[in-house]
Amino acid sequence: MHRIRRWVADHWVLAIGLMVLLYLFLPIAVVAGLSFNRPSSRLSYDFNEFTTENWTNLCGPADLCAAVGRSAWIGLLATVAATMLGTLMAFALARHRFRGRAATNLLIFLPMATPELVMGTSLLALFTSAGLQLGFVTILIAHIMFCVSFVVVTVKARLAGMDARLEEAAMDLYATPAQTFRRVTLPLVLPGIVAAALLAFSLSFDDFIITNFNSGNTVTFPMYVWGANQRGIPPQVNVVGTAMFAVALLLVLATNVRGRRRGARVA
Amino acid sequence: MTNPSEAGDLRLSHVTKRFGPFTAVDDLSLTVPQGSFFALLGASGCGKTTTLRMVAGLEEPTTGEVRLGDRDITRLRPYQRPVNTVFQSYALFPHLDVFENVAFGLRRRKIREVRSQVERMLALVQLDGFTKRRPAELSGGQQQRVALARALINHPQVLLLDEPLGALDLKLRRQMQIELKRIQTEVGITFVHVTHDQEEAMTMADTVAVMSAGKIEQLGRPAEIYEYPATAFVANFLGQSNLLAGEAAGQSGGDVLVSAYDQRFAVPAPRARADRGEVFLGVRPEKLGLVAGEADVPAGHQSVRGVITDSSYVGVSTQYLVRTGWGTELAVFAPNSGAAAPLAVGSEVTAHWSPEHAFVLHREPGEGDRTTPVLDTPDAVGVVS
Repeated sequence: MHRIRRWVADHWVLAIGLMVLLYLFLPIAVVAGLSFNRPSSRLSYDFNEFTTENWTNLCGPADLCAAVGRSAWIGLLATVAATMLGTLMAFALARHRFRGRAATNLLIFLPMATPELVMGTSLLALFTSAGLQLGFVTILIAHIMFCVSFVVVTVKARLAGMDARLEEAAMDLYATPAQTFRRVTLPLVLPGIVAAALLAFSLSFDDFIITNFNSGNTVTFPMYVWGANQRGIPPQVNVVGTAMFAVALLLVLATNVRGRRRGARVA
Repeated sequence: MTNPSEAGDLRLSHVTKRFGPFTAVDDLSLTVPQGSFFALLGASGCGKTTTLRMVAGLEEPTTGEVRLGDRDITRLRPYQRPVNTVFQSYALFPHLDVFENVAFGLRRRKIREVRSQVERMLALVQLDGFTKRRPAELSGGQQQRVALARALINHPQVLLLDEPLGALDLKLRRQMQIELKRIQTEVGITFVHVTHDQEEAMTMADTVAVMSAGKIEQLGRPAEIYEYPATAFVANFLGQSNLLAGEAAGQSGGDVLVSAYDQRFAVPAPRARADRGEVFLGVRPEKLGLVAGEADVPAGHQSVRGVITDSSYVGVSTQYLVRTGWGTELAVFAPNSGAAAPLAVGSEVTAHWSPEHAFVLHREPGEGDRTTPVLDTPDAVGVVS
């Protein structure tokens, strides 16, 4: 009895941890499983039969691939624009003292704190009153807007952790301001910028609420899934989800392995 | 070694630096001769680091002028000056390996044959074979030497060292002091060394400037400053002094006469900063001898009677506190040479000294005896001092 209690006492934190992990990853496992499923009917989500057909015939369902491609394009463009704007803002906020700096710091948080529903409707009002045709461009503008805040916050955190004396040391060693940025500042802040870009892409790629208000007739991948839900989601959607997850996992693993290689050399 | 000549002297004239209402450096003028090892010594916040940063170009003086030889460098950007810095806690580039850290300055100036120069420099600081390591993979002492090599490889006219040994433990610090001195003699470059550690300043520098509140209190060779301090601050910042409040009553026969606590003392005139009015009579603790009674005081010595209130054995010497009749506790360092038996706490003693070892300093009216050293706290990282 005593031994059992001892065993429970030693392992209960581990057990809870494993259960939380299970809770986090079960939905992903289901998606991955269903991507190899041949459904028995259009509205059935039960595992029926193993098949790789969904993976080989990805573009089978009408408009699926077009929607994924559209979302990828929007995500890419929004990421590039938001990362550039946000990085510049982060540098301004972290490195310079100017009038309105505190206010800017506060305002940057607003888009993150505003409910998406509110942002979506207000953007719609803005676009219509400005006479803009809803579609690809309005989606892009909206996505850049909400991604910028996340980029600023991420890059700023990285900049704050960087020793300002490194830049002084570079200047002391004959580097002009441009060379200092290129040789010292940028390489040190780059991991933060990359993280911000990945975050921006994933935010843009799966945004539904804001996009739904401002898309007009343009169908992005989340909107396609939403629309397909009415008549039964094609199993290929699970393939897209699984593939996205696999790419993210690979990226994380790659950085991990790189970090470990560097760590191994220390020993 | 380069011959000292005026051509490469570093000259600061009437330099003032204000940060808002705070004056960090106050009308400071000094000349650092070419090829010398110069130390700026002071407690944190005295303006020594700001002075260094103005020479490096990282701070611009509010007023005044910085010259290198006959060249005015006051407004030049850091990358335009033939001056390099070893930063406090080194500021090595974490994303570059040791080789690229050291090569950084050469590469920015588009100098060829980087490899051979870097290897020679790493050999000088005894780090050959570490080229592929990242700074995070080095010990504190190794990082310190990389920082030194990274600055020295550019053959600057002046090398600035900002508390370069502050992050090292005591033993490594002593070792690096000797090392730095050796390298300085070898390369013959002017070193300006900022430190709060008086022992470090004295062991390494040819010339020491003691700073306080943005001004230079005293400038000179370490032995000069130690043996004959200019102010009460210096007397107790560089080592420790017993300063007794007294009145000077002019000169007589080449001596300045000082009366304190109903006793009269004579100090040779060349060792007096003032010969009239309120003064301090100063004696270093190790210059004091202890004897049992007045009869044992050597001829020509002056003395004060007291009781031993504390004794601490520190190996090379025993440090006593002797309470005088008026309550001040004098510090006395007696060498453990075996010549005299240790004295017990509570014994009545007479502390004596040769008049040549005493000195007379100016005293502000109303100031009492001062016998405790100025606390030298290490600069907090990141604080402008």
